[in-house]
Amino acid sequence: MSSPSTNADGAVQQRQNRDVIISVRDLVVGFGDRTIVKGLNLDVFRGEVLGVVGGSGQGKSVLTRAILGLVPTRAGAIRIFGQDRDALAPTERRILEQRWGVLFQNGALFSGLTVKQNIQMPMRETRDISQHLMDELAMLKLELVGLGPDAADKFPSELSGGMVKRAALARALALDPELVFLDEPTSGLDPISAAEFDELIGTLQQTLGLTVFMVTHDLDSLYSICDRVAALAEGRVIAAGPLETLLESDHPWLKAYFHGVRGGRLTAARIEHKDEEWKPAPTTR
Amino acid sequence: MTVAAMGRPPKFTRQSSPEGVRLSLSGDWTLVASHRLEEESRRIVEEARGDRLIVIDLAQVSQLDTAGAWLINRARHDLARRDVAVALEHVRPEYSTLLEEAHYRAFDAPARPNFNVIFVLLSDLGQSTVDALHEFYRGVSFLGELVSSMIYVASRPHRFRLTSLVAQIELIGFRSVPIIILINVLVGGIVAQQGIFQLLKFGASSYTVSLIGILVLRELGVLLTSIMIAGRSGSAITAELGSMKMREEVDALLVMGLSPIEVLIAPRVLGLIISLPILTFIADIAALFGGMIVSWWYGGISPVAFASLLKEAIALHTFLVGIIKAPFMALVIGLIASMDGLATKGSAESLGQQVTSSVVKSIFMVIVMDGLFAVFFASIDY
Repeated sequence: MSSPSTNADGAVQQRQNRDVIISVRDLVVGFGDRTIVKGLNLDVFRGEVLGVVGGSGQGKSVLTRAILGLVPTRAGAIRIFGQDRDALAPTERRILEQRWGVLFQNGALFSGLTVKQNIQMPMRETRDISQHLMDELAMLKLELVGLGPDAADKFPSELSGGMVKRAALARALALDPELVFLDEPTSGLDPISAAEFDELIGTLQQTLGLTVFMVTHDLDSLYSICDRVAALAEGRVIAAGPLETLLESDHPWLKAYFHGVRGGRLTAARIEHKDEEWKPAPTTR
Repeated sequence: MTVAAMGRPPKFTRQSSPEGVRLSLSGDWTLVASHRLEEESRRIVEEARGDRLIVIDLAQVSQLDTAGAWLINRARHDLARRDVAVALEHVRPEYSTLLEEAHYRAFDAPARPNFNVIFVLLSDLGQSTVDALHEFYRGVSFLGELVSSMIYVASRPHRFRLTSLVAQIELIGFRSVPIIILINVLVGGIVAQQGIFQLLKFGASSYTVSLIGILVLRELGVLLTSIMIAGRSGSAITAELGSMKMREEVDALLVMGLSPIEVLIAPRVLGLIISLPILTFIADIAALFGGMIVSWWYGGISPVAFASLLKEAIALHTFLVGIIKAPFMALVIGLIASMDGLATKGSAESLGQQVTSSVVKSIFMVIVMDGLFAVFFASIDY
């Protein structure tokens, strides 16, 4: 796993470059007479891992779905890779959509297809690739996300929760996207699997040069892999920046989030051991 | 595709120098040009086959993704097997991690067993015979469970789910009334029209009324209603139970110490058993009405004449033969629908298969049952 210092250095460089991949301006999204996202502004820079946090019902999922084009927006502009999606022709939009990968919260693997077929689905549908190469690439992606070859011919219903997430990540990475959306990637995983998954996302992000937009509740993920964190409340971004600046914020929700009962313990521990390198606990026999 | 998406095609040039052979790769080594990419990597292997040492220069590569890295690594592996030493040069740091992660490994395709066609045919035949027998066994045991749970509930009336039963009767019975009336009026009319046309040749068009009365009351009313309900409510029951099974709702009932048969299936089957005779009665009336209208129109048989001819042609047992069959049809539809629903596995595809199989099986069984009843009633001369 990359040490936090290189991550931070990388983030500094990227912020200097300021290559904006997603830019959201004055976004308003609502359903019926409820407005959920109220004039939200957010930038995602190339090569960074952005963590989006916020309480339940504060618009995290709606924001993600709005960026992905799954819910209609009422006002505001969303530019992805410098293009305004609403202004694009359908074919251009399809090309745009092939440049991102999405990991849904519950995996959203196609239940009628095996894991391998799930991974090959985007390749088969959007590219003209020989079956042999597709097989090899699917197996390679499976290995990259840490699944054995025996998982390839299983159906999603035969997989455990962690394996579903990994298989879904492999599908999200099938076309080597530049941008990956992760919706609560570690929810429902045990702490060890969650840590492994964080590490996996970190490694893949470095290897494939991904930009990661990650909605999460998991404080550990924020600490270990996110370069920047955006906090959402009441349909707006109340703070965005490196984790350290958010920790110092005195917004009541952020205070409760980072310095509350659960967060406080972790924050204290992290600050205490900030400079120590993580070592595995000595095993006793 | 746009020009931007096409990018620069992957290619390489070969230079021989005294130090050795240098292959300079250039362009986008990405999945977008997958065929070109495979072709180029194959050519690398071909062209470098005879050499002892080659250098692959990545300086000009403008883009590299997993597919490109994989194919370069595969080519390196193939060359290494032919005793060609390969060195990579000018690898950008981000490419080197990618090349490292996508290092070559063999993915052994699982050996596909090669069976004799006749062997497969025979084994499939045997398998489906065994499956059919199992299915029958499961059906009988399911019926037993259902009956025993109904007896259990009957002995404890406070556990009877009246609300649920009424809801099912509304869904299965009440909401089917319009479509049942519609199709039976039409079918009654069609039978009457054909009866009049055919019997007119013998000058016996008034026998049309007997034809309609007996055919509708004994067979058509109950058969059409059962088939309609198998398609309409049987499928709904299977889909409902199937998706409950998929989302572990059935398991949730089990761990609460509740019996899914008692909670979910008994109200549905009971709802069917109560609704179907009522619907059959409505269907009979509708078909007779349709027949009466058409007889009046084509055959000039007035409604009054129709009624008196009908009264001569049928007796109470004609009606009873039809209506007695209805609860049995309902039981068969309910059993098949619930069993198939609970047999759903995790996938959406499986749910679809179960719904299809439920509808096909219940319609088939309804017709078989009707045949058995016909034989039975004929032999007891009823």
